[in-house]
Amino acid sequence: MERIGRTPVREQAPEVRAHNFEEVCLGYNIEEAQREASRCLHCKNPRCVSACPVNVKIPDFIAKVKEGDFAGAGEVIAQDSSLPAVCGRVCPQESQCEGSCILGIKGEPVAIGKLERFVADWNRENKTKKADKAPANGHKIAVVGSGPAGLACASDLAKLGYDVTIFEALHKVGGVLVYGIPEFRLPKDTVLAAEIEDVKALGVKIETDVIAGRTIKIGDLLDKEGFEAVFIGTGAGLPKFMGIPGENLNGVFSANEFLTRNNLMKAFREDYMTPIKAGKNAVVVGGGNVAMDAARTALRLGVNTTIVYRRSEVELPARKEEVHHAKEEGINFQLLTNPVEILGDEKGWVTGIKCIRMELGEPDERGRRSPIPVEGSEFVIECDTVIMALGTSPNPLIARTTDGLETTKRGGLVADEEGATTREGVFAGGDAVTGAATVILAMGAGRKAAAAIDKYIQGKN
Amino acid sequence: MYRILSKDMLTPTICRMVVEAPRLAKAALPGQFLIIRADEQGERIPLTISDIDAENGTVTIVTQMIGASSTDIVAHEVGDSFLDVVGPLGNPSDFCSMSEEELRSKRYVFIAGGVGTAPVYPQVKWLHDHGVPVDVIIGARNKDLLIYTQEIGSACDNLYLCTDDGSVGFKGVGTARLEQLVADGKKYTTCVAIGPMIMMKFAVLASKKLEIPESIVSLNTLMVDGTGMCGACRVTVGGKTRFACVEGPEFNGYEVDFDEAMRRQGQYKSEETEAKEHHVCKIGRGK
Repeated sequence: MERIGRTPVREQAPEVRAHNFEEVCLGYNIEEAQREASRCLHCKNPRCVSACPVNVKIPDFIAKVKEGDFAGAGEVIAQDSSLPAVCGRVCPQESQCEGSCILGIKGEPVAIGKLERFVADWNRENKTKKADKAPANGHKIAVVGSGPAGLACASDLAKLGYDVTIFEALHKVGGVLVYGIPEFRLPKDTVLAAEIEDVKALGVKIETDVIAGRTIKIGDLLDKEGFEAVFIGTGAGLPKFMGIPGENLNGVFSANEFLTRNNLMKAFREDYMTPIKAGKNAVVVGGGNVAMDAARTALRLGVNTTIVYRRSEVELPARKEEVHHAKEEGINFQLLTNPVEILGDEKGWVTGIKCIRMELGEPDERGRRSPIPVEGSEFVIECDTVIMALGTSPNPLIARTTDGLETTKRGGLVADEEGATTREGVFAGGDAVTGAATVILAMGAGRKAAAAIDKYIQGKN
Repeated sequence: MYRILSKDMLTPTICRMVVEAPRLAKAALPGQFLIIRADEQGERIPLTISDIDAENGTVTIVTQMIGASSTDIVAHEVGDSFLDVVGPLGNPSDFCSMSEEELRSKRYVFIAGGVGTAPVYPQVKWLHDHGVPVDVIIGARNKDLLIYTQEIGSACDNLYLCTDDGSVGFKGVGTARLEQLVADGKKYTTCVAIGPMIMMKFAVLASKKLEIPESIVSLNTLMVDGTGMCGACRVTVGGKTRFACVEGPEFNGYEVDFDEAMRRQGQYKSEETEAKEHHVCKIGRGK
């Protein structure tokens, strides 16, 4: 039997989008979505569902799309995910749902991510009715951090009738979704803001400008403010640097700084006051999604941009789609290359980055081949901006200011499978526990912790 | 929203405001700072805290009009609100966590310069209230530019004023006055310098020369989020990269690489100048 191929998704042309911050992917229309939905085999044991960290009932929502019941499809997804328009855009589907799709064995998997996005966008644009607020159960829960982990945890708890307040350190809600992921991958004012409104519509209260550990202590939330449990979803915010000479020269930025100036502080917009320095030639160090985001942001600010990564293309940790988009847009890739020094002029401004070629050695215990420097292969890439995208580690502030919270050697909070920390009534999940990972894994951890908090409160009363 | 309850100009370019921020006021201690975002298009501007009233839920900020963003802050009037006021940020001054015994062994001298004089006040007040001897040297170009002299004067043991032109007090810079005081037999265990980066650099050099055991400076570096996320505030202290926002803002002055800190502080100077020239202030100034 002849099968139809995966439905391509429309995108802004690379030469056009390289000069704007509009969304790259345009998404499916109704016809395309229904055609793609018709490819799903509706497996009896859907591997995609178990591969999804929040276990969205994928074949069920796809069936609704096929029938043309898009509101129904939205209801199916909403049972398990509070941020479908976000996940449809930023999840690494190739290593989760789509990566386990049966169709992928011989051909191309169903475009689950694009279908999820279609359903979320359709429901937003058609303003379909949201689930009613659950009857209040009278228990107050605090959620610290309004990123993916916190929003997922807060939504699930609100659906169970809890009185939930989220405390956010920054002035905008969304955590990494607002400061980290650029507009061209996740539009803020339309897509993200609408999903946050949906969370608020469940009854969740959000206080911005409150830094847990400084403005309020976790202990005070429990002892003085009447919260019966706290969920910590504060992410992994501290940027890592390489520790090579020249890293404090003018023109060297963490990807966090570069992206925060552009995304949260909207430096790309003329009407905002935030300055940003992208220079003429930028080098981005790293191979993850953040490196791709920083490089493609620099490119859009009119900068000739090169990515330097110490392993080869197959090891790039970024989503395949991001690497593909970055290449299409004209980002240069210097793979198997590692910086050894950043060079500067007499006034302390960056003039170049000295790198060494690498080759891949034996696989380590995790199966990744570790890069080894090739002796004598040093060379210089001339540039005036260097952006370090080497990953992040958890902020130590909460652990330092909360009695009884233990941390791991890597700085993450110690928590069990369900999110319970070493202090009673305090739960944690997402990057704050695991170190830098993905939006959807953080959401999964937030959901698990919500279930554990519910069990804890039920058990107490 | 964070309402402005009072406003007065301390000099033609330095403005003092009392702002409602109950959670912040309850938590703030001397040495910490805050961040203000005046309006939607504004930057996040780190400012020192120059007084804390936990009971009434207010903090006092002192802002010098330097760039477009600080000018926007000052353009706000009593009754207006800032969009965001967040804090307290950074660590409290070391003395806040010292034992009584340790405090009794201390003799503080502060050197304050320019707008950096304002955050000296809550520190001096705290020490004075805890019975720790504290002298303060305030320096400015001329007498009209001196700020917080009365407040600090009533909270310290000895206040010494200095002006470059000699229009009041000692003629010369604060460090020269400190040298004179030590030559006259004053003994200090700790010199705290808060002011422009260049002033702090020289205050540290003077402390070293005078063999004052401890030197503390409060670094006003560039910052975006102020919570440890961006790393714009990184400074080299004792040969190691530190984040001023979460590990500071106060550091051992003897270990700070001031030349690097000053160079990094000027990183966005060209953009700032441009912003100031082109920015048309839309907020109702002079209502």
